[in-house]
Amino acid sequence: MPAAAISLRGWGWRYAGRKAWACRGVDLEIAAGERVLLVGPSGAGKSTVLRAVAGLLDPQTAAEQEGKVLVDGRPAATTRDRVGVLFQDPEASLVMSRSGDDVAFGLENAGVPADQIWPRVDAALREVGFGYGRDRPTTALSGGEQQRLALAGALARRPSMLVLDEPTANLDPPGAAAVLGAVTATVAPTTGGARTDTTLLIVEHRVDDVVGLVDRVVVLEPGGGVVDDGTPAEVFGRRGAALAAAGVWVPAPWGPPPPPYVPGPGGEPLLAARDLALTYPRTDRPALDGVHLTVRRGEATAVTGPNGSGKSTLAMLLAGLLPPDAGTVELNDSPGRPLHRWRSRALCRRVGTVFQDPEHQFVARTVRDELLVGPRRVGLDAVVARERCDELLARLRLDRLAGANPFALSGGEKRRLSVAAVLATSPDLLVMDEPTFGQDAQTWAELLDLCVQLRTDGTAIVAVTHDQAFATALADHRVQVAAGRLTTEVAA
Amino acid sequence: MTLLQTHISADPAAPLARRNPVAKIGAALLPLLALLVSVDPVTSTLLLAAALASVPAWGLRWRGLVRRLWPLGLAVAMVALGNAVFTDRKGGETLLDLGPLLVTTESLAAGAVAGLRVAAIALPGVLAVLTIDPVDLADALVQQLRVPPRFAYGSLAAFRLAPLTAAEWEVLGRSRRARGLGGDRNPFAAASVLAGRLFALLVGAVRRGTQLAAAMDARGFDSTAQRTSARRQAFARADAALVAGSVALTAAAVTLAVVTGAWNPVLG
Repeated sequence: MPAAAISLRGWGWRYAGRKAWACRGVDLEIAAGERVLLVGPSGAGKSTVLRAVAGLLDPQTAAEQEGKVLVDGRPAATTRDRVGVLFQDPEASLVMSRSGDDVAFGLENAGVPADQIWPRVDAALREVGFGYGRDRPTTALSGGEQQRLALAGALARRPSMLVLDEPTANLDPPGAAAVLGAVTATVAPTTGGARTDTTLLIVEHRVDDVVGLVDRVVVLEPGGGVVDDGTPAEVFGRRGAALAAAGVWVPAPWGPPPPPYVPGPGGEPLLAARDLALTYPRTDRPALDGVHLTVRRGEATAVTGPNGSGKSTLAMLLAGLLPPDAGTVELNDSPGRPLHRWRSRALCRRVGTVFQDPEHQFVARTVRDELLVGPRRVGLDAVVARERCDELLARLRLDRLAGANPFALSGGEKRRLSVAAVLATSPDLLVMDEPTFGQDAQTWAELLDLCVQLRTDGTAIVAVTHDQAFATALADHRVQVAAGRLTTEVAA
Repeated sequence: MTLLQTHISADPAAPLARRNPVAKIGAALLPLLALLVSVDPVTSTLLLAAALASVPAWGLRWRGLVRRLWPLGLAVAMVALGNAVFTDRKGGETLLDLGPLLVTTESLAAGAVAGLRVAAIALPGVLAVLTIDPVDLADALVQQLRVPPRFAYGSLAAFRLAPLTAAEWEVLGRSRRARGLGGDRNPFAAASVLAGRLFALLVGAVRRGTQLAAAMDARGFDSTAQRTSARRQAFARADAALVAGSVALTAAAVTLAVVTGAWNPVLG
């Protein structure tokens, strides 16, 4: 089937229960076979546009809508069979337990005759470079492999258009590279891709790696529709600075240079982990084994490593949130008292933990109450607690949101709140699991500044991260985890 | 649920393991009908013996089965013991007399029958479930029983999210501990933390379910086209034979019980 042309005319969408339009006044023509990257600040409605084009917006979830979304002149809701979609979280998009069955799922739905299904499944798996047989359990795949499997599931249906909604956001750098490599190999003719009959529409946060894949960049503005349109060089060239200021990740060479590394003051050893080992129930391989680590005041440690290497497990052990099978984690001033045995209210005074998903941390109804949870639990004087809360609200630009529900905040605001809530008890050690995950450039820079300040004040920081730029700018000390072991300890 | 998630130890090529899931479930449910109607040693013993004798044919190893089924064994023992103590049939010789705790030969026999019955009810179902692949079950439900695909495969997909939800429950527990919550002696405080954790779990599950539904619809799950099946679940003669065998066995057990006068309907 030939590639599809997309046309949005005066299109707008307001979700039920929201006052603001997710997008409004969007006019955009995409010719058949074009490869388009959609960028814009958070809240510009990029994902909403993608869903509309893919025909996945349920009219029942709209309070109001206006204009049209057409695929080859027909309403997008009726052309869904011509669109392949890749979502951010592959775990939540795979349906079947065996890899081949999952690719076959979309063909069964399309009513492809049974004898044609398996040859098409095998061809799609080959096309994305899937290295296993059809029987491979989907749970045994890494994130990058799962996402490539999801791509095969989309390609097997021979779509006229491929729509990618932050397809690499959840992946480690090697996984992201493999997925983008598969996309390039299949649908980008400029780089020798086999399929020249597919229109491509991508939203991606960290755009460095996808810029080479597209021939056109479209800029959306919250409530303002399309504000710029052209080749990557044109758009980022004339608008790079403004986009960066609005929090959009602008790729090199148009974006601002990465922030330089500033060393921390260093200080006394604060925490020691000795010979840690942990094996999760019903697994045959230890998640972590034989790990030694010393954490110092005024020093930042970055823990890197592939998905599933055990680095998040290490963070949880260092934070006293998970009991190890063997070994100990102790604060140097409290020898003989392993952290995992501490009562929670004592623990949160010394060690603060920021989780990958901020929502996992929220326990209160308002932003202000969220900041007061910790101080109340450690028995801080109410006046002092309120002062500290106000100071943190101002410092993290949350003061105007003090009465808002934490779950109603934007992604960047949620992240700032999750950090502020942990800082409210002034912990000596801050453990962060993927703190910059999914954040825009502005929140990213603010997080980095905050970490630098905390470190200057003597706080010890441990950050588990895939984010090389963040690790490079912050880490005084880098640790790599691979297959449950610390493999390298590189002094920066 | 854990039973279904770990159907690993079975040899999939064994004669009964290979059967159509619908046939397996049918064969496992038939004896249940007789066992629910009557409490007698003959029906229970015969059907339990048949189920035990069939274990190798399901491709299951005794050792793995015992390791998996000890909770069932414990439950059976508790039922037997409880019935032995609390039955009002206290005839025969007294074996143990500790005031209200009176065990006689007759009460012991009653307890044994109750235990046998529970074991005979549970075992065939467990054997079937342990050897059924959830995907095969969904296929068979759609192809043999004409269950709507939207229901069968939707449930299958939701089922796949269970381990993710279990993992999220652990993360939510840790995040609460990190905030200084939990570990309270005050039951009200503990209940409030638990309620918050449950609510957060629910929010996450709904969100993930919504994402999954969108991903499925993006691959045409809600399409009106006639759906095809990549995997054929045949209902072969051997499957019919399995069901017929179960019917014959159940009938034989009931007949024997009636003939020997052991048949003892629960109602009546």
